[in-house]
Amino acid sequence: MNVVIMGCGRVGAELAHLLDAEEHKVTILDIDPDSFDKLAPDFHGTALLGDATDEEALAKANIAEADAFVAVTREDDKNAMAAQIAKQIFNVPKVICRIYDPLREEFYESLGLEGISPTVVFARLLKEKLEK
Amino acid sequence: MYVIIVGGGDVGRHLCKEFLNMGHEALVIEKEAKKCECLKDELGSVALCGDGCEITVLTKAGTARADMFIAVTDEDDDNLAACQIAKQKFNVPQVIAKVNNPKNEHIFAKLGVERTVDAVALMLENIKAQTAVFPLTHLLSLRERGMELFLLRVAQGSLVGKQVKDLSLPLGSVVSLLIREERESRIPDPDTVLEPGDQLVCLIPRGSEESLRAIVS
Repeated sequence: MNVVIMGCGRVGAELAHLLDAEEHKVTILDIDPDSFDKLAPDFHGTALLGDATDEEALAKANIAEADAFVAVTREDDKNAMAAQIAKQIFNVPKVICRIYDPLREEFYESLGLEGISPTVVFARLLKEKLEK
Repeated sequence: MYVIIVGGGDVGRHLCKEFLNMGHEALVIEKEAKKCECLKDELGSVALCGDGCEITVLTKAGTARADMFIAVTDEDDDNLAACQIAKQKFNVPQVIAKVNNPKNEHIFAKLGVERTVDAVALMLENIKAQTAVFPLTHLLSLRERGMELFLLRVAQGSLVGKQVKDLSLPLGSVVSLLIREERESRIPDPDTVLEPGDQLVCLIPRGSEESLRAIVS
């Protein structure tokens, strides 16, 4: 699988590793060059400086050939915009974005976007642990 | 009319002032508490402190009864998110976003926010209109009609001595006005001969800007 990830934070870097270890082709984008320090020295993928809400940066990451796009910056609106560009403009088959705000996540789902709200997931997890 | 403005910077603040002066009801949604205080000091209780992309904040602002929703922050992703939510969730009839990156205009349109103001283009065209060194100035987009209004300046050179009918304007264009120095402006005839310094107001179909550019270059 050819995957483009936007946001090289802890989640983005971790996901890049997991996919890289299984020999998927990974391209990771971030606007902060220091963020790439989180990638392990044996990372085989491509790290690109750029903002994925910018169409040109996505083109540089060969988004048109990607099988999947994941947006995990810390900003909901950036993730939503980048994911919509990947889906609607570049027709990437699988697009997932992180939306912290549960209400907004629900809203983007209604627009046909696949979102994950860590807030909801974590709250559910905590509740499960409490009930055990 | 009830107008909601997201972004309380200079643009948002002055827009709010203008709408209030026109007798409308206006509200600015701004993240920074300090900017909100300034707005309240200057214009009264017209500011709501919060994130204009958050549904709870927009609900509190009464977005469901808004007649117009304008997003003018410096972040295009925020403007897009706010406008998509206003349009799709709250059914605001008039939704307009500022685009800071001109390339985002077509992306916004594709994602359902058709009405945008391209801040850079607007400034550039205004500069062109005021300096007279550029042969072509874009005056206005009549988007719903699919037409664009341009000002064409006849400088010394290839256009001088030509008749209006011989200008190879894009199909469907109309030369609607001739502005001539020290003479009355009028609607030109097809055989009006162009003189240096003439200015023509041309209405052309959207998308044919390049062929108009080719005429003056």
